[in-house]
Amino acid sequence: MPMFVRNPKLWLFVACLLPLARLVWLGFSGGLGANPIEFVTRSTGTWTLVGLMVTLSVTPLRRLTGVAELIRYRRMLGLFTFFYACLHFVTYVWLDQFFDPAAIARDIVKRPFITVGFAAFMLLIPLAATSTRAMIRRLGRRWQSLHRAVYLIAVLGVVHYLWLVKKDLTEPLVYGAVLALLLAMRLPWGVALLQSIRVRRSPAGS
Amino acid sequence: MLIRPPNDIPASEITPPEIYRERRRFMQGMGALAAGAALGVASEAQAGARLPGVRASAYTLDEDRTPYKSVTTYNNFYEFGTGKDDPAERAGSLRTRPWTVAVEGEVGKPGVYDIDTLLKLAPLEERVYRMRCVEGWSMVIPWVGFPLREIIRRAAPTGNAKYVEFVTLHDPRQMPGQRSSVLDWPYVEGLRMDEAMHPLTILAVGLYGEVLPNQNGAPVRLVVPWKYGFKSAKSIVKIRFVEKQPLTAWMKATPSEYGFYSNVNPQVDHPRWSQAKERRIGEFFKRDTLMFNGYGDQVAQMYRGMYLKKYF
Repeated sequence: MPMFVRNPKLWLFVACLLPLARLVWLGFSGGLGANPIEFVTRSTGTWTLVGLMVTLSVTPLRRLTGVAELIRYRRMLGLFTFFYACLHFVTYVWLDQFFDPAAIARDIVKRPFITVGFAAFMLLIPLAATSTRAMIRRLGRRWQSLHRAVYLIAVLGVVHYLWLVKKDLTEPLVYGAVLALLLAMRLPWGVALLQSIRVRRSPAGS
Repeated sequence: MLIRPPNDIPASEITPPEIYRERRRFMQGMGALAAGAALGVASEAQAGARLPGVRASAYTLDEDRTPYKSVTTYNNFYEFGTGKDDPAERAGSLRTRPWTVAVEGEVGKPGVYDIDTLLKLAPLEERVYRMRCVEGWSMVIPWVGFPLREIIRRAAPTGNAKYVEFVTLHDPRQMPGQRSSVLDWPYVEGLRMDEAMHPLTILAVGLYGEVLPNQNGAPVRLVVPWKYGFKSAKSIVKIRFVEKQPLTAWMKATPSEYGFYSNVNPQVDHPRWSQAKERRIGEFFKRDTLMFNGYGDQVAQMYRGMYLKKYF
């Protein structure tokens, strides 16, 4: 078996492409339903939120399991989140508004759910742009402060979803609960909790 | 050789023709009943069965009809869940026979109509109407039904009847979405008396010439084409004539977003999104939303002098 096939990064890359592959497949097999544009907008938005949650769970998972190398996959997860956010944004600008700058500007100013969604997307751009090794080295300590913006982005993302649904708040609230948990695990007591669970689970003396 | 008729049957044993004809008719009736049962009780109640005697009407449109599949698989019917495909997937549990519609309140002649009586109350007509959802999408649907005023006339409303309230079935065993409290069940909608009497307002019992599928509000629903779709209550069990403006399910849920009138109006936005445009299901580009959904000529005079931003 060639080395690259055993590289978990390759498998992660393929897994991250599955939501897009599904959309393409459904598109060609006529499976997007009566309102395909809504379907694609919803789906890419959902996967952006899922991407944010998965990316934000890397650090707590690392603390919980003690597997330090998990951090090596975080950048790819973050970039895929940005990728799905781009698809979501393009669906809106192209398929929903059809590049009508006046309509888009009006939407951003007037519709609170679009305002926060747009803000979240804008904030993602500098994070994606500074994800290279060279940028990390150049920014040094400032890189970490900049990338803390992801907490705000995730909150804006959940609010974006919460404000858009007509009535049934169940799904956005589930994302909100997961996000609250992931953020709590970054507070001092959350970090201590994860650490104590790890110590208790690992064999004595090791 | 001469063959002689057998002479061994006494005249008293021979069944007179009037008796055997009667017997034959009885057996034919039994056979028809059995066939009906085998095909599913009262086959004319089944979704997809053709409705007999549907007349064409002058209410038609020069616009492409939304395909049957889209009309019957992309629905808002929270009684079966909040997803667009939930109603088509889950409405099989709704039993549309037996079914009665109670007509009550401020009327001289209250009554309980059996659905099969209702189907024969007035000639069924095809009405091709635009349907604009408050969410920003639309369809063109060939409904089958009759004007609501046919029932109103028979009920003889009193002078106190200023509004009409429509109540949807409330039975969580048949409507699983009602186990969630997303709305305050039962679903209630309402119209002003003149709106209810308007010739455009119909009770629909079918679409595309066939019995209404459950997910579209079987066995009988309201269709008010110049208002957002949620005004057209589905699976109606009660029509009540009242003096005060009814508190509808959506007004109760979010009074700042859904008003009593809910006329289609591109100039009055939903607080969270624009109503200026809509996506016609099946089309790529959005189209402009028309005032009163394109029925302004017929209905605008009912709202003359009303400030529509306030009475949204």
